[in-house]
Amino acid sequence: MMAHNDFKMPVTEQQVRALKVNDTVTLNGTLYGIRDATQIHMFDRGRKTRFDMRGHAVIHTAPNVKWAGETSATPAGYAPVCVGTTTSARMERFTRPLMSEYGVRIVIGKGGLFEASQKAFQELGGVYLAVIGGAAALETTWIEQIEDVDLDDLNPESLWKFRVKGFGPLLVAMDSHGGNLYAEVNAAARAKRASALAALGVKQ
Amino acid sequence: MKGKSVKVDLKQVEEACKELYIRAVKLLPPDIKQGFARLDQAETDATGKAILGTLIKNIKVAEGTDNLLCQDTGIPIYNVTIGRNVEVDGYALKQAIARGCARATREHPLRSSVVHPVTRKNEHTSCGRAVPVINIDFSDTSDTLSIEMIPKGSGSENNSWLRMAVPADGIGAIKTFVIDCVLEAGGKTCPPTIVGVGVGGTADLCVHLSKVAATRPLGSHCEDPEGAKLETELSGVVNELGVGAQGLGGDSTAFAVHVETAATHITMNPVAVNMQCHSARRARATFTPQGVQYGF
Repeated sequence: MMAHNDFKMPVTEQQVRALKVNDTVTLNGTLYGIRDATQIHMFDRGRKTRFDMRGHAVIHTAPNVKWAGETSATPAGYAPVCVGTTTSARMERFTRPLMSEYGVRIVIGKGGLFEASQKAFQELGGVYLAVIGGAAALETTWIEQIEDVDLDDLNPESLWKFRVKGFGPLLVAMDSHGGNLYAEVNAAARAKRASALAALGVKQ
Repeated sequence: MKGKSVKVDLKQVEEACKELYIRAVKLLPPDIKQGFARLDQAETDATGKAILGTLIKNIKVAEGTDNLLCQDTGIPIYNVTIGRNVEVDGYALKQAIARGCARATREHPLRSSVVHPVTRKNEHTSCGRAVPVINIDFSDTSDTLSIEMIPKGSGSENNSWLRMAVPADGIGAIKTFVIDCVLEAGGKTCPPTIVGVGVGGTADLCVHLSKVAATRPLGSHCEDPEGAKLETELSGVVNELGVGAQGLGGDSTAFAVHVETAATHITMNPVAVNMQCHSARRARATFTPQGVQYGF
């Protein structure tokens, strides 16, 4: 039975473990934005963030921002212009350290992750939520503010702290019970390879 | 046809190249919008239908809020086509294009997605060594200079392939390669995509052809009838695979498969695949003695 969940961040392990693939989630409150360079610096080059990400969600992003100066509406100086999502696959190896070292519970991205992340979700209690890639104009309307930013020398691949409202609905695509929608779809598609080639008249 | 020469105003080119980048990231061409409508009508999977609905909504939100369709400002590509009577300092033209590209990035502002390949340093101009990519070609039109701008997103570009098949592998190797690339790409390329296929040429020409194919308007066909035949065959089959929108299943894996061909060597049978994501953005400026016209 598919269920919808409204989460006020942060969440507990229990809340995350209750999620199953095909459920949907909408986030409210804090959401952290991370990217390739952010994680290369955090996990390969020994840099640390001052943010407490325990129980939080991270999204694979590098937003378009505008420097507005530090005001009450833009406490970190940045106003969001367009905040979207990037392909998660490149960042597969960072899922486990994000969870084990920083206590992250939710990874949000597009295109899915692989076996190592699936294992980390199962062992440590985490999920992958699919946001629709390329729907960034819409996604931006769910961002209230850029509250803070760390590792900003990596801009635009800084570690962003967003405040979000009604961020979703997002689809639970990988859960903590071994469920993985991408793997299911991929296996079913590969099973159709032979018939596709036959339809194209390719001798096998 | 050849006639009296027309000089290009490079200040106008710089302004237009700035404007083109901004237009490209905000306005989706009508043929792509029609492609969405067509896929949405045919989609039988509930998740696929919901995703297409969100993507169509996103196009309206981008237009309504004057915002970018996608956060990925891509690698900027400018395709220049020069008519026979157009007189231009080619070197200065390239500089004007790069200036316009950098100004769009700083003045809008847009995210600069371009870094040095070794140091990974971002100059925050969307420019760097050999970037923006500038392709120059010539046409038989008399007084017209045309510049097409394509912000090529990395999700789709990171899934690019070349196979130097041999003649004994036959056309079957080309078809098999395309199917395997679509399966390998899964949801990483932000489907529904335009699957661009290069057939023939040298290794670099083959890859270039695949990019030309991936960025061609929907509804256009390969000028080579053999390429057009392949397009029809492959377009019919890729959506049977069930990869679907965002790789989450359904009928909307691709808007179409586009093919471009070039003659090749007697010992060669190269095939390349490059994909364009559903945010299949393009913008065009046409310069005539009467002024600049913007379109797709």
